[in-house]
Amino acid sequence: MTDTATVTPPQANAEQPAALAVDRLWKVFGPKADKIIGSPDADLPRHEMLKETGCVAAVKDISFEVAAGEVFVVMGLSGSGKSTLVRCLTRLIEPTAGTVTINGTDVVGASESTLRDLRRNHVAMVFQHFGLLPHRQVIDNVAYGLEIRGVGKAERRKRAAEIVDLVGLEGNEHSYPDQLSGGMQQRVGLARALAGDPALLLFDEPFSALDPLIRRDMQNEVIRLQEDLQKTMVFITHDLQEALKLGDRILIMRDGEVVQIGTPAEVVASPADDYVRDFVSDVPRSHVLTLRYVMRDPRPDDSSEGLVMSSDTIVRQAARAALASDHVVRVVDDGKLVGIVDDDAILRIVVAEESVRA
Amino acid sequence: MSSVATRSARTLDTGLVATLRSRWRLVSLLAVIVIWVLVWTFTRGDSTLAIQASDRTDIHGWFLRLTTSIEEANNVVTAALAALADAMDATLLFFQHLFTVPEFPRPLPQVGWLGALALASLATYAVAGWRPVLIVAASFLLFGMLGYYPDAMDLLIVTSVAVAVALLLGIPIGIWMGHSKVVSAIVTPILDVMQTMPSFVYLLPFSILFGIGPAVAALVTLVYAMPPAVRVTAYAIRAVSSTTIEATDSLGQSRWQRLRNVELPMAKRTIIVGVNQTTMAALSMATIAAYVDGPGLGQPVLEGLRRGQLGKAFVAGLAIVIMAIMLDRTTTAASIRAETAARSGRDRGRQRWVVLGVGAAVAAVAVYLSNGYSWANEFPAGLDIGTWIQLRVDDFSGWLRADFSSVTTSIQERFTLSFLNPVQDLIAGSPWFVAGAAICAIAWIAGGNRALGAAVICLTGLYFLDLWNNAMITLTAVLVATVVVMLLGIVVGVWMGRSKNVDRAVRPFLDAAQTLPPFVYLIPVLVLFGANRFTAMVAGVIYAAPVAIKLIADGVRGVSATTVEAAEAAGTSRLQMIWKVQLPMARGALLLAANQGLLYVLSMVVIGGMVGAGALGFDIVYGFRQSEFAGKGLAAGVSIVLIGIMLDRITTYSARRSSSAAPAGARAKNTTRKRFPLLSSSS
Ligand SMILES: Nc1ncnc2c1ncn2[C@@H]1O[C@H](COP(=O)(O)OP(=O)(O)OP(=O)(O)O)[C@@H](O)[C@H]1O
Ligand SMILES: [Mg+2]
Repeated sequence: MTDTATVTPPQANAEQPAALAVDRLWKVFGPKADKIIGSPDADLPRHEMLKETGCVAAVKDISFEVAAGEVFVVMGLSGSGKSTLVRCLTRLIEPTAGTVTINGTDVVGASESTLRDLRRNHVAMVFQHFGLLPHRQVIDNVAYGLEIRGVGKAERRKRAAEIVDLVGLEGNEHSYPDQLSGGMQQRVGLARALAGDPALLLFDEPFSALDPLIRRDMQNEVIRLQEDLQKTMVFITHDLQEALKLGDRILIMRDGEVVQIGTPAEVVASPADDYVRDFVSDVPRSHVLTLRYVMRDPRPDDSSEGLVMSSDTIVRQAARAALASDHVVRVVDDGKLVGIVDDDAILRIVVAEESVRA
Repeated sequence: MSSVATRSARTLDTGLVATLRSRWRLVSLLAVIVIWVLVWTFTRGDSTLAIQASDRTDIHGWFLRLTTSIEEANNVVTAALAALADAMDATLLFFQHLFTVPEFPRPLPQVGWLGALALASLATYAVAGWRPVLIVAASFLLFGMLGYYPDAMDLLIVTSVAVAVALLLGIPIGIWMGHSKVVSAIVTPILDVMQTMPSFVYLLPFSILFGIGPAVAALVTLVYAMPPAVRVTAYAIRAVSSTTIEATDSLGQSRWQRLRNVELPMAKRTIIVGVNQTTMAALSMATIAAYVDGPGLGQPVLEGLRRGQLGKAFVAGLAIVIMAIMLDRTTTAASIRAETAARSGRDRGRQRWVVLGVGAAVAAVAVYLSNGYSWANEFPAGLDIGTWIQLRVDDFSGWLRADFSSVTTSIQERFTLSFLNPVQDLIAGSPWFVAGAAICAIAWIAGGNRALGAAVICLTGLYFLDLWNNAMITLTAVLVATVVVMLLGIVVGVWMGRSKNVDRAVRPFLDAAQTLPPFVYLIPVLVLFGANRFTAMVAGVIYAAPVAIKLIADGVRGVSATTVEAAEAAGTSRLQMIWKVQLPMARGALLLAANQGLLYVLSMVVIGGMVGAGALGFDIVYGFRQSEFAGKGLAAGVSIVLIGIMLDRITTYSARRSSSAAPAGARAKNTTRKRFPLLSSSS
């Protein structure tokens, strides 16, 4: 099981350059922060570093790439450095060291005007506490990004009205933010980000302040938009369910460091350490694991009849048909038999889950 | 589990240590005072450094030479100052020719009362809505009926010009401060000192730099009124939600776009609160500027006080009160409207423009009439009620003097003999080194090393300014009056803090009382008690009480409800609750109230110099009147500033000390208050 996890290829593919590449990124808060990197102090655990040097390494030597159209989720407990990481991507917080490349542009070395241009045209961000302008109506909040680009009033309002409809706020164009519910305010935040038609969207725990039902609506909204618009997204959350639901890949952080990067199934099936294992312990595994993680190698005596499924079918989707059939399920990728799933394998996952819940 | 237990044990421990420490502090304070009294019995009257009112010393001569050399100097700086004064004079004269001073050959000013009323109403409607228009119109009529229309206009002109310039300079500085920690670190201490200085001490240095007259009145007013504008703006800019800034930054806005579209609109309402405070500060200074020949309602008050025509001073004082209410209500309404205005739909907006248009037409007609017809220019004498009030007040004070003086005199004498004199004997009657050492010891026990440092520096300054004895007399008056303020504050404040209804009933009066310029408090007290030391102190108590009461009430209210509940559950009686729980826990607020009380009383006691309070205040007033005493007056001004700084530092450091033992919430509240004393007072 473990070795299958390691062979999974990253989704970024070689010909197309990554939409976002982060290399050896550091952010250290505190006095003489830049002196820490490269010194032995850098290896200290967080509280010791704070005691020795008065500094906090919120982001510690992080590298990853995100492919165009991918939804990349970053998760970790409170204080693990997620917000700092995502703010370093457009230098809302200045990184201490490392590089960030967005669409081929070097962000860290960019001049003020290049950076402004990048923020205006290529990247947009959605914030946990919305950050709307309280003195402006919804429509003018949404149009704000266009306004600072210098788009004329009539045109930006027209464009903003389209986006307002897109996020399901039609009829509220002329409300003020404090007249809206939290969920609606976040839709405004989302609309504001989308109005400039950016290729890359950053989300910092956008739904944490919302109650669970609204949160689910908003997650579905993001999934729908993603299907329609095919944006690249970096999505911060501390909620594993959300990460699994939205993410093509998940980066798990602890104390500023990467603990694991992988697909939802990889993370659930083979947690890198106890920290991750703890995270995923009460996830309904059947909802996440694919057949790849439950199949065994084919044996000569296996029946050659029965169902054929691909290895990235989710267990839960396969379960009913597999259990109803008298035969084992044959897992076939690209016409080649790669494994066999029998009823026992499925039951082990599904039953274990029921007993956890009971 | 166990960690929770140890933590609460630790809190208990620190609580215990704090109590012991404060008990130790109390005991040592008492010990210092006992020793002081003992030493005093053997040494009283020695080396008190008392000098006659007509005495001047070398340092006073030095100050005098300094002032003459400044007055006679001829360089870039003096040229710039002169140009500044000329520009200000021209500006003021422009408005005075419009509204108050006839320009030859016209017998009357260009715009008379009817036109001014209409213009003021229109402007008020534009910035504050229609309700304050009623207040403004009524106020203008009352100015006329009291017989002080031209003086009221003059005061309004000086105040408005000063406020306009103060905002023009203060808001950008405030914005800069809000953005830059360095600028903030440089400007804040300057503002702190400026705000501990009683308004009165600004006058003499300004009159030396700029002479006397309307220009210097407006300049001193604008300098005095600027700190709240700077402070509130900086605070408002810093208070803009950082999430909103971040979110809009992430869209790629430039710094200028951020300021214009995000920070200023979101800070607007708070900044207008600052406009209110700036205006009220300006009004209080503009009235006192009568001492430097500033035009306006301060003049008749001052003249009335000088000549003992209390009725006249009273009527003019009444007009000042009306002006204060008018300005306070309008600026407050403007700040509320700033919020709602942006929201009113397009229809409301259109309706507003229609009203403004019609109003402008009406105002134009009114201005035209008041330009051409004397009935619309000079306020009709037939409507006069000022004379009637003046006569009644004079009658009343005459009756008081004749038939009632036994009561007022006995109150005054009893207080003076049993309380004021003994304290003054001790403080001003000790040898200077004994009193100085005792004050240093008290400062150190109450506020630690930093308070000691401040006391040593300020006392040294006082010693070298050769006005030690007068400084000690002024200090006595301030301390004694502040004790009374604190007693009042505790009684009323605890009452308010414990009952929401009482709070709701009393607070509006306190708010109103705080908007009045200190000058007007002197008048009724003077009617009651005549000119003497006691009068200035009573006025000081009345002036300082509202601040102290409000701070204490908030402190008592701020004691956490769970603590009170827990104490109640333990069977605490009401008195025990007040003495053992609410007051000790509101200790930070008490010290803060003492701090503000001391500074307010100080500024009043100084103004009272001319109505019999004597000491440093008198030295300043004398410095105005007799040019050869200007040096001594200046030294007295510096002495007052030193006393103010000393009292402020000692109380601030001891408040900081005691609140570091208090719960974190109370501490945070205190520091915001301290840094921001003016905002809490009228918001
Ligand atoms: N401006 C700052 N100065 C000093 N330390 C900071 C600053 N901002 C963040 N930190 C520290 O960096 C660490 C990471 O903070 P960050 O806000 O990135 O965490 P997070 O993962 O987003 O947490 P949460 O889920 O609570 O939002 C924390 O220990 C925090 O105390
Ligand atoms: Mg965060």
